[in-house]
Amino acid sequence: MSDWQVKYKSSLKDRGTEGILKLREGILLFVPNDPTSDSKLKVLTPNIKSQKYTKEGSKKPAWLNLSNKQGDSHIFEFQNYQDMHACRALITKALAKCEEEQPKKPAAVLTSAEQLSIADLELRFKVLRENIELQRLHKEFVETKVLTEDEFWATRKKLLGKDSIRKSKQQVGLKSMMVSGIKPSTDGRTNRVTFNLTSEIIFQIFAEKPAVRQAFINYVPSKMTEKDFWTKYFRAEYLYSTKNTAVAAAEAAEDEELAVFLKPDEILAQEARQKIRRVDPTLDMEADQGDDYTHLMDHGIQRDGTMDVVEPQNGQFRRSLLQDLNRHAAVVLEGRNIGKHLFAPPSILSSYVFHDVDSENTRSVAEALARVKQVSKADGETTKDANQERLARMSRLAEMEDLQAPQNFPLAPLSIKDPRDYFESQQGNVVNEPRGAGTLKRNVHEAYGSLKESILEIRTKGLRDPLIKPEVAFEVLFYPVVFRSLTQTISTAKNIIGKNPRESFLDRLPKSTRDEVLHHWTSIQELLKHFWSSYPITTTYLHTKVGKLKDAMSNSYSQLEAMKESVQSELRHQLSLLVRPMQQALDAAFQHYDADLQRRTAKSARGSAGEANGSV
Amino acid sequence: MATVASKLYSDDVSLLVLLLDTNPLFWSNTSTTFSQFLSHVLAFLNAVLGLNQLNQVVVIATGYCSCDYIYDSSLTLSGNSESGRTGMPALFASLLEKLEDFIVKDEELIKEQEHDERIASSLLSGSLSMALCYIQRVFRSGHLHPQPRILCLQGSPDGPEQYVAVMNSIFSAQRLMVPIDSCYIGTQNSAFLQQASYITSGVHHAPKQLDGLFQFLTTIFATDLHTRSFVQLPKPVGVDFRASCFCHKKTIDMGYVCSVCLSIFCEHHKKCSTCGSVFGQSKLDGASTVSEKKRKAPDS
Repeated sequence: MSDWQVKYKSSLKDRGTEGILKLREGILLFVPNDPTSDSKLKVLTPNIKSQKYTKEGSKKPAWLNLSNKQGDSHIFEFQNYQDMHACRALITKALAKCEEEQPKKPAAVLTSAEQLSIADLELRFKVLRENIELQRLHKEFVETKVLTEDEFWATRKKLLGKDSIRKSKQQVGLKSMMVSGIKPSTDGRTNRVTFNLTSEIIFQIFAEKPAVRQAFINYVPSKMTEKDFWTKYFRAEYLYSTKNTAVAAAEAAEDEELAVFLKPDEILAQEARQKIRRVDPTLDMEADQGDDYTHLMDHGIQRDGTMDVVEPQNGQFRRSLLQDLNRHAAVVLEGRNIGKHLFAPPSILSSYVFHDVDSENTRSVAEALARVKQVSKADGETTKDANQERLARMSRLAEMEDLQAPQNFPLAPLSIKDPRDYFESQQGNVVNEPRGAGTLKRNVHEAYGSLKESILEIRTKGLRDPLIKPEVAFEVLFYPVVFRSLTQTISTAKNIIGKNPRESFLDRLPKSTRDEVLHHWTSIQELLKHFWSSYPITTTYLHTKVGKLKDAMSNSYSQLEAMKESVQSELRHQLSLLVRPMQQALDAAFQHYDADLQRRTAKSARGSAGEANGSV
Repeated sequence: MATVASKLYSDDVSLLVLLLDTNPLFWSNTSTTFSQFLSHVLAFLNAVLGLNQLNQVVVIATGYCSCDYIYDSSLTLSGNSESGRTGMPALFASLLEKLEDFIVKDEELIKEQEHDERIASSLLSGSLSMALCYIQRVFRSGHLHPQPRILCLQGSPDGPEQYVAVMNSIFSAQRLMVPIDSCYIGTQNSAFLQQASYITSGVHHAPKQLDGLFQFLTTIFATDLHTRSFVQLPKPVGVDFRASCFCHKKTIDMGYVCSVCLSIFCEHHKKCSTCGSVFGQSKLDGASTVSEKKRKAPDS
């Protein structure tokens, strides 16, 4: 039944209107009993975000609180809890069905690569809003189509680029704590020992002990269940920890599977041996006997720090701390390449008593690890050719230098250039406007003559008297570029230059002019940046871009000229000094543009002429 | 005697090497006459010699196609001949005589030479080299020597064909830690002098009024190296760093640079003329030849 008698409350305090709640395909309808009341409600099930309900045990009536995506909440009071639970179950089912259909949402329409995500656009707007100057530049150039949006932001990636850093997620590595350090919880009353096995721990055990992994693959689920397997494994661990080798030997003799856990890891030993075989003795040692740490019994320090003497035939039932540490460290360093795709978030598998164990999961881990090891083994295995090559290389490198025959390497002869070539070539092609030879001679002769006369004059007359006229000296003293600090002590009304230099010239301009000057400064910089970066011109896109930029720059230039004329006459000189570097930079750009254009037209003219000739 | 000499050698003893521009083609075109200019300069030299008893002055004349030492204050003895002429301090009689002889020699040299159609520049590279040689000799004379500096009084424009030699001298001066001050009295900007002063941490100034040249010289260029650390001298607004290309000696601001020897060319070459390294094909040329090929194909 999908109809229930309910009371609808829009909030907790509301008394509630009675009516019927109907659940149909994707819609939740509430029809009040009283046709005059207007609290009819229609809720689409996809819009329902969450549902809350009151617990059975409490004294509260059966309420169901539905909140939708817009944030409203609707409370329905049911007559009994059964109804409420039924309704809730149906709603949940409907929601689940909705979610399945969700992924059919249309994919984002990205026609060209330049379309930005909405987040990017928002970021750009935000940056523009915060920086008014940038906004002004943006308005001036992008909206008049001088620059495109991408070009504008191309040099400002720093401002936009914060998101990309956040996206890179960190890969979590393996835990440094050793597996053997996991202590079970003991229940004194029932004498049960409980191990909590998470998939992480299982992964570590398989990675560190390939024999265990192999045993798992072999025995589960054919010979025993996973539960039994782990039971036996932990029994073996327990036996190791008690250091009672006699008991260990006895149990191993009895139980064949247990024996697998108790004997040293053969697979590891084999891997180590192979690694050693592959090592070229003439090169750096990648691995040595020490890698085969399963057999290093020299220290023999047990996990709790004591040293014990061991009977030789039971020696294999011992395991030293070093072995465990070394193996654990090696696995941690290798990293987590293997189990990446295999894990759901770790769920606690319970103790000796297993609820809902997913032995499929564990098995897949074991198999995956085995596959990886096999692949790496195949890579590492040396074929016959590789072996031969290695042997040849070894014999070559083991040669002794002194005993070799003398080797004559091909030499390139030393070529030292004649320095005279260098100096003379520099004088070679000097291009200048030609002047008439005769006139040159005459000019020179005259010049020398006048020079000699000057010297004669000074010899007879002596030094000038006075050397410098006072007015000239005064003018030199007030030369603003050199002597600004001197003039600040002398203040005359007419001498504008003598004003306090600490007061910046910009402050004396009217505000609008000052703003304009500063704005021109930034916009010219931006234009020039784009202009110079598009040379050398190789595509038509750059060509049009440069054309547009040049127009914008000539605009700026004329605006600067107009500004100079508009300002008062006493400030005009200083303003023109201020504006001069901008104009010089623009001039240089214009010059370059013209020269380049000339070159291009000349080249194309030549090219077409050549073509015409060729085709004829 | 040695102790007395060492006592007198204070921080501000200086050796000034003055490079005088005697290019006739320049002096025939300026408003100031050479004689006026000379009187300013001679008075300035007097002033420098008067600053400290142990100061030394050397004058090298930079002619149109030659240069020579004109005056060395450590060689001439005081109260020499020729003091009978009016108004002339006896110290400079020999200077003027030697200057006249030099100009005569320079004139003869230009007659012998073929007509180099070059800009009317003076031989700055030559006089810089001579100055540096003299200074090097002073350095080797012992550890008690005045602090040398070079003052370049130039009016002629830069000759781009001397770019390489001038840059070499500038770098040698930088190595020797000899500042090159420059006073430019011509009309256009001199990129060489600006660069020289900038690189060797000297002072560059281009006075606009040649009537007051003496004042400029004494206030800016007479300070010795020790005093410069607490005197504020004019700093240039910007330095013209343009180079001249090695193939045509044109002044360029954008060109090609050989990555082996750093020589500058204005157009694309197949081989570097300085070090002989072969250049690969530039991307520009590659693109243009491809587009030319494409253009030809549909026509045929």
